[in-house]
Amino acid sequence: MVRKSRGAVKAFKWTYLALVLAFLYVPIAVMIALSFNASVSRAEWTGFTFDWYAKLFESDAILAALEVTIEVALAATAVSTVLGTLGAIGMHAMKKGWASLLLNLSYLPMTTPDIVTGVSLMLMFIFMKIPLGKGTMLMAHIAFDTPYVLFAVMPRLKQMNPNLYEAALDLGCHPLKALYKVILPEILPGVVTGALLAFTMSLDDFVISYFTSSTDQNLSMVVYSAARRGVEPTMYALSTLMFLVILALLLIVNRRSSLEKM
Amino acid sequence: MKRSWYAAPYAVWMALFTIVPLLLVCYYAFTTRSGAFTTENLTRIFDYAPVLFDSLRLALYCTALCLLIGYPAAYFMASRDMSRSQSLAVLILLPMWMNFLLRTYAMMTLFENNGVLNTLFEALGLPRQQMIGTEGAVLVGMVYNFLPFMVLPIYTVLKKLDPRVIEAAEDLGANPVRVVTRVVLPMSVPGIVSGITMVFMPAVTTFAISRLMSSGMIYLMGDMIEEFYITMNNRNVGSAMSLVMMVLILISIGFLRKADPEGQGGGLW
Repeated sequence: MVRKSRGAVKAFKWTYLALVLAFLYVPIAVMIALSFNASVSRAEWTGFTFDWYAKLFESDAILAALEVTIEVALAATAVSTVLGTLGAIGMHAMKKGWASLLLNLSYLPMTTPDIVTGVSLMLMFIFMKIPLGKGTMLMAHIAFDTPYVLFAVMPRLKQMNPNLYEAALDLGCHPLKALYKVILPEILPGVVTGALLAFTMSLDDFVISYFTSSTDQNLSMVVYSAARRGVEPTMYALSTLMFLVILALLLIVNRRSSLEKM
Repeated sequence: MKRSWYAAPYAVWMALFTIVPLLLVCYYAFTTRSGAFTTENLTRIFDYAPVLFDSLRLALYCTALCLLIGYPAAYFMASRDMSRSQSLAVLILLPMWMNFLLRTYAMMTLFENNGVLNTLFEALGLPRQQMIGTEGAVLVGMVYNFLPFMVLPIYTVLKKLDPRVIEAAEDLGANPVRVVTRVVLPMSVPGIVSGITMVFMPAVTTFAISRLMSSGMIYLMGDMIEEFYITMNNRNVGSAMSLVMMVLILISIGFLRKADPEGQGGGLW
């Protein structure tokens, strides 16, 4: 009797979780399926096609947005990885008060709503008379990417044996060389995770890009302006590709960070 | 050179790109187009009180729904008899990081007049429904996007809960319902609090979700800020609204912090 009811409880739990998963993933699955539907209408399935994907690569606007997205993501990742890693190393060596001040500053962009971050950066660029385009989008991306790198590197530094660096200096190593030869190899896994996370966040961003760039559009901005006009199958194809890339990146990041925690 | 100086470029960059812009929002909020001091931008917000009220109301509904759906999910995921709950947790939490615009777009596909749900209704012999444009659709879009933000902190707290506490309650004769209401629920308050913050904040500031799920018919605070900045090119009133929104959020965070002073709920990290 007891065993039976326990089985029922377990079945209920699985059913509930399966429903939540369905809620989260069915819309995405439907969209992926529709990206292969020959019919423009969502109401009927008239056969399998790759046409919408082919059309994607014929559109100049989408190819231009792809270029902007990748350029900005790569550049933002490079700069924020360097800034964030150096920031973490510096903060780790700092006195408590300054370090906690800087830490709070790093939390700020994460707690500010995206729309406020977006409009505030837009205001600053307008105030400084910098035209809103790829360059301003890049600066904004560096600003929100860098804390992710910092928070990925910090735990690595805390785990590190502090005597190693001192020993290197005592043995006559130049501080920069010690940074490169002693600290960097120790924290490298954190740096790579941080860089991957920064790259993903940059690819993924819509709100902040939308407000900080007007001449150049990234892929999310293209999807938004298309979505406001109504639904187009090429956008399903584009969204499907973006989903898969982001999902793959997220799974890699997740794998790396859960391995580190163990 | 001292090692702490390595953080200098980071500190300068962060100050320039987070503090300066926020100060500029304050500056614009209190000045006219020509730069003279004014409080008119702030008083103009009262003209839009219904929009403000709608945003708060929808955000509250969304937070309540997320809590109702998310708490049992987190509780089941964290329970001891669930095998492979780790990979399940990854699956439920992953969408949190995925582009919300793409996910809203996917939801839109289901809800459209000629969309998948209506086709399904017709096949079942039910009448077609006009769903896009209703508050319900916007709410579904919001819950869909923000649910993982509720699940994560509650799951984190429940996972850390010492199973022996629950066993003790059981041994002392508490029935399962009592175990949940008297032991598990009170101990997971920090998680609930940070879940509420993490859902309420993006919900009250959302702009694209409401626009897409209502095809522009339902207008929230975020939509209004977008319109003032982008379409109407009136940055002063737009800034005043952003400022009000920030203050609202800071107040609600302050209230919630009181319920969870040690920050046990944990944020994203």
